[in-house]
Amino acid sequence: MSWAQRLLSVDRRIIFVLIGLGTAIPLLMPVNLPITVTPRVEAAYQTIDTLPEGSRVLISMDYEPDTMAELNPMAIAIMRHCFRKKLKVIGMTLYPAGPGLVEPAMKAAAAAEGKTRNVDYVFLGYKSGFQTVMIGMGESIRQQYPVDFYKTPLDSIPVMRGVNSYAGIDLVVNLTASSAADYWIQFAASRFKKKLVLGATAVMATDYYPYLSSRQLLGLIGGMKGAAEYEKRMDLFGDARRGMDAQSLVHVIVSLLVILGNVALFASRRSGGDGTPARPLGGPR
Amino acid sequence: MNDAQTWIAAFLTLCVFSFLYRDNPFYRFAEHLFVGAAAGYLLATQYQNVILPNVIGPLMAPKIQASGIVLTLIPAMLGILLLLRVFPRLTAPARWALAFYVGVYSGIAVTGYMQAQVIAQIADSVKPFEGGWHAVNSILILIGLLTVLAYFFFSAPHTGLHGLSARVGIWFLMVAFGASFGYTVMARVSLLISRVQFLLRDFLHWIPGVVS
Repeated sequence: MSWAQRLLSVDRRIIFVLIGLGTAIPLLMPVNLPITVTPRVEAAYQTIDTLPEGSRVLISMDYEPDTMAELNPMAIAIMRHCFRKKLKVIGMTLYPAGPGLVEPAMKAAAAAEGKTRNVDYVFLGYKSGFQTVMIGMGESIRQQYPVDFYKTPLDSIPVMRGVNSYAGIDLVVNLTASSAADYWIQFAASRFKKKLVLGATAVMATDYYPYLSSRQLLGLIGGMKGAAEYEKRMDLFGDARRGMDAQSLVHVIVSLLVILGNVALFASRRSGGDGTPARPLGGPR
Repeated sequence: MNDAQTWIAAFLTLCVFSFLYRDNPFYRFAEHLFVGAAAGYLLATQYQNVILPNVIGPLMAPKIQASGIVLTLIPAMLGILLLLRVFPRLTAPARWALAFYVGVYSGIAVTGYMQAQVIAQIADSVKPFEGGWHAVNSILILIGLLTVLAYFFFSAPHTGLHGLSARVGIWFLMVAFGASFGYTVMARVSLLISRVQFLLRDFLHWIPGVVS
């Protein structure tokens, strides 16, 4: 068996071990590689930073545990930014498993900045139905959410005083891993003409670049890298920044493996093979 | 999370990771537990957030009017009709509710989609070029738009100028797919980083806490 065929037949578990080590070692021994803030994240930051004190920011945190790795650090960084700028945060989620993640995130951000529930922020909780909720909130937030997550009537919550529809909200921020972003663009940005900032998972980030160009989005934060950039801009050192060393090393490993795999494939074909891996060495077929 | 919750979460994480070695009973246990817990959670949440406030609550309200009863019962009935699909002989009434749903959804989606995704994007595509080096971006966007559209225009054979445009369009598509794939790798690695962070920090306490 030639070296190329050996390489093509390598046990996939060796690759898993390499990726595992590439993830764990930088977390244990961080070197804090430099992070550059991209214009998309800078635009998101500036949109929030330039809001006048006391402005209301609606943050819809539409994600569940499967994507919390990317979106939770983003949520905490954005909320801390809002609190530092003395903005009022109205949190909500359109995902059933959302409250279990959003409520602790809001509490953590508020505690870090010394803010009080109902005075500086409110968590409306979960509401079923993407479009119906978004359209309904354009008419009456109280019809969609008569009470907040803790069953407190909205009328008795200071943050919600005078806020009954999008008209009382200065900025909408959507943090999502799904098509909820499309609906927020359709309804909040296009129909109700609200300023909209999007925080998305890395998988979907490229799909939303065109909306930046058309100014339907005023900022776009993509994945853990975007969250790390936002943390850097905020001078925070949260989960996203801590993970970026590992992210970089794993990308190097993946790139090297892709190059190595292709070199082996071409070498195998040149030596008369068809590039098909032989039986994996010591691994399952 | 308290200690017991952390231990359970760490155990289940390791159970799932064990699949990387090979399929085993620990992985299957975690998988089945997740499916069961997720289904149960979803059912309870939907009951608490949909059925209770929208159906049971209004019907039990002390001062409910006749119009309120009608406005509550009609959507509830449509919902029940959807469930009739499980009985083969009653699939026709189930389609009434589905037809209502499709009609309403189409009405909402078509206008919103046209407004936000079609008209606004076309308007952005035909705006005048920006000055300076930004004009290069505008030119690239224009060439990309026209050539990718040419690639997806199948009513004429891909020969001559049309064929050349289509081939250039493929290059633009490949670059877009490459960017998307790069981001996808990053997303998957992020999920792994989060789990490893949890194991090393919350479970093993080998790295410092999150407070910054």
